[in-house]
Formats: sequence, C-alpha cells, structure tokens
Amino acid sequence: MGHFNSEVLQRAKELIALYPHPRSALIPLCHLAQEQDGWLTPEAIEEIAQLLDISPAEVAGTASFYDMFHRKPVGRYLISVCTNIACMLSGGRELLQHVSQRLGVAVGGTTADGMFTLEEAECLADCGSAPVVQVNHRFFSAMTPDSVDQLVEDLAAGKLSDVVPPHGVLNRVKREVGLQVPVEELVRQRREASQAREERARLAQQGQEGRS
Amino acid sequence: MAITEAPHIVTADIDAPNSHTLEAYLAVGGYEGLKKALSMTPEEVANEVDKASLLGRGGAGFPAGRKWSMLAPSEVRYLVVNGDESEPATFKDHMLIERMPHRIIEGALIAAYATQVMAAFIYVRGEFALGIERLQQALNEAYAYNAVGRNIFGSNFSVDLVVHPGAGAYICGEETALLESLEGKRGYPRIKPPYFPAAIGLYGAPTIVNNVETVSNLPWIISHGGAAFSALGEGRSTGTRIFALSGHVRRPGNYELEMVKTTFRDLIYAPVLGGGIRSGRELKAFIPGGVSAPWFGPDKLDLPLGQDEVGANGSMLGSGSVVVMDDHTCPVRAAWRITHFFWRESCGQCTPCREGSGWLEKTMRRIEEGAGRPADIDLLLDVCDNIAPELGWPPQQTTICVLGPSIPSSIVSAIRMFEDEFAMHVKEGACPYE
Repeated sequence: MGHFNSEVLQRAKELIALYPHPRSALIPLCHLAQEQDGWLTPEAIEEIAQLLDISPAEVAGTASFYDMFHRKPVGRYLISVCTNIACMLSGGRELLQHVSQRLGVAVGGTTADGMFTLEEAECLADCGSAPVVQVNHRFFSAMTPDSVDQLVEDLAAGKLSDVVPPHGVLNRVKREVGLQVPVEELVRQRREASQAREERARLAQQGQEGRS
Repeated sequence: MAITEAPHIVTADIDAPNSHTLEAYLAVGGYEGLKKALSMTPEEVANEVDKASLLGRGGAGFPAGRKWSMLAPSEVRYLVVNGDESEPATFKDHMLIERMPHRIIEGALIAAYATQVMAAFIYVRGEFALGIERLQQALNEAYAYNAVGRNIFGSNFSVDLVVHPGAGAYICGEETALLESLEGKRGYPRIKPPYFPAAIGLYGAPTIVNNVETVSNLPWIISHGGAAFSALGEGRSTGTRIFALSGHVRRPGNYELEMVKTTFRDLIYAPVLGGGIRSGRELKAFIPGGVSAPWFGPDKLDLPLGQDEVGANGSMLGSGSVVVMDDHTCPVRAAWRITHFFWRESCGQCTPCREGSGWLEKTMRRIEEGAGRPADIDLLLDVCDNIAPELGWPPQQTTICVLGPSIPSSIVSAIRMFEDEFAMHVKEGACPYE
C-alpha cells in the first residue's frame, strides 16, 4: 500500500507521462504530495522516489533546494510577508513585525493551534501594490496593519476558503488532456515537412531558372 | 522626449473583462498571428522576428532571432518559456501570466513552429499560484480550440505544450539553472561553455529559452510584420517594452512604452505614468533595471529608456524594473536588503558568491544596526572586488553565473553615491533614519 491515495497516485502518473524523462516530474510531484499532506513527508519522498525510479535521497536533496517545499509540518495557512526592496520602501518590514506580534509567533514559527505559519518572503513580483502578502501563495496586495489583521481574522473564521485553499494546494486546475502526439510521429512529421519545403524550394528555383 | 502614441503590443486589451479567457482573447483577434505563421514557412517566421530585432525581455537583452538561429541541428530539440520572474521589483511577467495567458501560449507556439521543436514547456514561478491556474486553464482551452496539439488549425504542424511549476528559487530564472530544474534537479546553473542552451540544453538537446514577455510580442510581430515592430524604438532597442515602476512614486505599476522615446524622468514624473515622488518628497536615487543593476542619481533622469543608452552610462536596463527611492530612504538599509536577498538566493556552487554574499550581508547589517567599524567601508569594497574584480560594469565574471557578480552593484553604488551616510552610521553607532 503506497502513501499516495488512489486519486493522487493517478494524477502523479499523468504528470510523469507529460515529460520525455520521468524525473522532470519531480517538482510537480512534490507539490502534489504537499497538496495531499500539507507538507512534504518522508513517506511521500519514498513514494516519489519509487515512481521516478530514483533514490529517496535524490528526491529529498532536490526538494531541499526549493523554498516552497516544507519538510516539516506548517500551518493550514502559510503567511508570507515580502520585505524585499519595493515592499521595504512601503513598510514591508514593519508589516512583518506587526503580523508576528498579532499571531504571537516569531518569523518561521507556527501558531499553537496549527492554523498559521509566518515567513519572511523575497520579492513576490507584485511590487506595484506593495507591501504584499501571500497566503498559501495567493496574493493580498497593498496591505496595512489593519487590513492584515482583518485578513488573519477572516482566514481563522474560514471566510476565505474559496480564495485560499489549504497549504500545499498549488494548482486547482487539472490538465484536461495528456500529450497528443507521440515523439516518433513528431519526428516523422518534421522530417516530411522539411523534405516537402526543400522540394518546393527546388521547384521554385527550377521555375526561375526556366524563366531566365 | 515624450510618451509616444506607439501601440500597446504585449499589454493590449489586458484591461478587458476576463482577459485571461479564450473568449476574450478571440474577441480581440487572438491566435490570428499563429494562423498566419502556420501559412508561412518556419524560415519566413524566423526572418520576420529577425527583422523585428526583438531583444530578449528577460534581463540579458539578447536578440531573440539570433538565439533561434544558433539552434544546433537535431531532430529532437525543445522550447522553454521562462516565466520564473524573480528579479526583485520586476512584476511584468506575473501580470502577463495572470491576465494574458493566451498571448503567451500563442507566442510560444509561434516560436515552436519557427524553431520546429519537439515539445514546449512554460516554466512558471511556483509562487504564482493564480498564474499557474490561469495558464493551465488557458492551455486546456487552447487544446480544445486545436491551437495546440495534433495538426494545429488543420496544418501539418503538431506540438504539445506543458505548463510546469517551479518551487521557489530565484536562481532558476538563470536559463541553465531553469533547465536543470525542469529536469527535476537542484537549480544549479551549468558551467559555460557551452554558453547557450541552443547548443546543449534540456536533456542535452538543443533548446531555446525565451522570456514570457519576449514570446508575448510574437503574435503582433507576425500579424504586423517585423518591419512594423522595428520601426518603433531606436537603434538596437526596437518595439515597446514593459517598464515596471515601484518604490516611492505616486503611481507605481507596469507601463508599456516605446523603447528609447521616453526618459526615466517621464516614467517617474509624468502624470499618466509615475506621477512624481510620493508625499511631495525629492528623488534620492533610482535603480534602472532590477536590483542587479548599479544605481543612478537624479543626474541620470534624462537618459532614455534604451538598452544601449543605459549600458553606456554604467548600468543596465536589465529586466526593465525601475525602483524609486526618495530622500528619506536610508541607502545603507536599501543596499543591505538587496545584499540579504542575494545571500539567501546564492545557490552555493561558487566560492566568491557563496562566501562573499555572507560576508557582505553581515558587514552591511552591522553598519545598518549601528555596530559598524570605520574600516568596514574598505572591507566591503575589498570583498566586492573579490567577487567582481575592478568593480566595473559590466562586472567581470568570477563565477558560473551572473548572480555573484551582480551582488556588488547595490553596495558599490550606495558607497560611491552616499559614502558620507555610511560614515555617519559608523560614527553615530546608529542608523540616522531610525
């Protein structure tokens, strides 16, 4: 019995089939694991390794490079406050301190009820609306201490569950179709098209020579 | 200099309701460029892009047409669209991905046809959750519309497209790191040469990597012709470009402007653009092209927004993002925060970058927090010189990728422009702006 439930396992296999080499699905599969478990568990790492036919150490060693993969549990809501240059110029550092006080946790910490984890983010690419906060990577722009308090309250009350899925759910839109054309067919199609273009060019040149 | 009447190319119709849907995109002539491209030969399509002189919009500014022409002959080759936008203060691709995903898909398919690749991938920064969903939705619609997949629009050209999420690592915007990441590995930039993935790229096959904004120009270029595109702008900087304006301006945002025709002064002060400095304050300094770029003072305001013009003045237009700092900004804190970012994001492969970023971060932090020593300014410059010898621009390369040599930009700029403020931090044992 694997760690992934049957629906997640099915989606994992579909993702692997999208790539010329299975290992390319490593990051998508880690996201999928976080969607099921909320974080990247050792059991999920084992299963991903099996699916990709590589060692668990290779999966863990790759995942640890990327900030979005959490190898320890995080809260239901991961609050990321940007303090990079554009947000810093608009009060991002003060906002991070405010959220830390409001939640009663240090940066990097999780509230005792397991609801919120707070992190300091690097630039999130929404600098026209600084300072910027993400919750589970959904954007909340031009935040103030008051609006961030309201945001925390709404999240705790479950009012934003349509906008902000639980931590780990990155993409709620499923790819509807697999790859349409096998590689061998593509190679044949490219070769035939290239030959046809060369033939047309040759005929066109002959025609020109005939006229001259 | 002025704000010209040049058409919006990549941001056209972006304010339309539901601009991210196929229905809205078709209503404004969506996929006509791809249809036209498919009626041409791949060479003709590439020629139009060559004629347009479209420079890559990711940061390095390499001509897209020339990149394509360098693709090594091989039956298996790939296209990767770089949507891993992470350069601090750059937020144009994020907007295009969320609000104009079909234009990116159409552009990617035009590029795929011109270069006759086997498969195409759009690598989207992992933190763009909504963007990934919008792009996947758009791709689903495009498949149903036969704009992608088997025998596109009844032609004999087939190609599949995959939306691939990243997972949070600035360095993956570097094209060889991005390819490693797409192969399911740590995002370590590859050793050069080969300098271009066009020789050896994804899975060792020749690969084209183009930025999201770059490919978003392609539908217009094919529909209107490369000459119409190169008629806009001046010199090597043709067409229009999105300038991402942030910091202490009244109206921060993304502005698509004709290249070279507009100046930094227009961008920052024109009422329809930046609208001037907030709270009636004065401009202290601005960063002209992402945090890897050296800073400019008010004396450079009249420079035009052109790649060569900014380059000739010792900085770069880079990713097209302009950060404005008013006279209440502490230059030490600003440069420290940028250094902190590079220290966090250094991949750790090369010693000058891995060790240098940490030394610089610690030293900058200690000055900002009031514990700086008089010798620290020389120490900073010395460490910077070890990462980018002679501290010139463009920086000399001591590392595998350009992240390392980009680190000194903000520190050296801040010291050269505001050395007295560094000295004041040290003398007073505190940040004078606190």
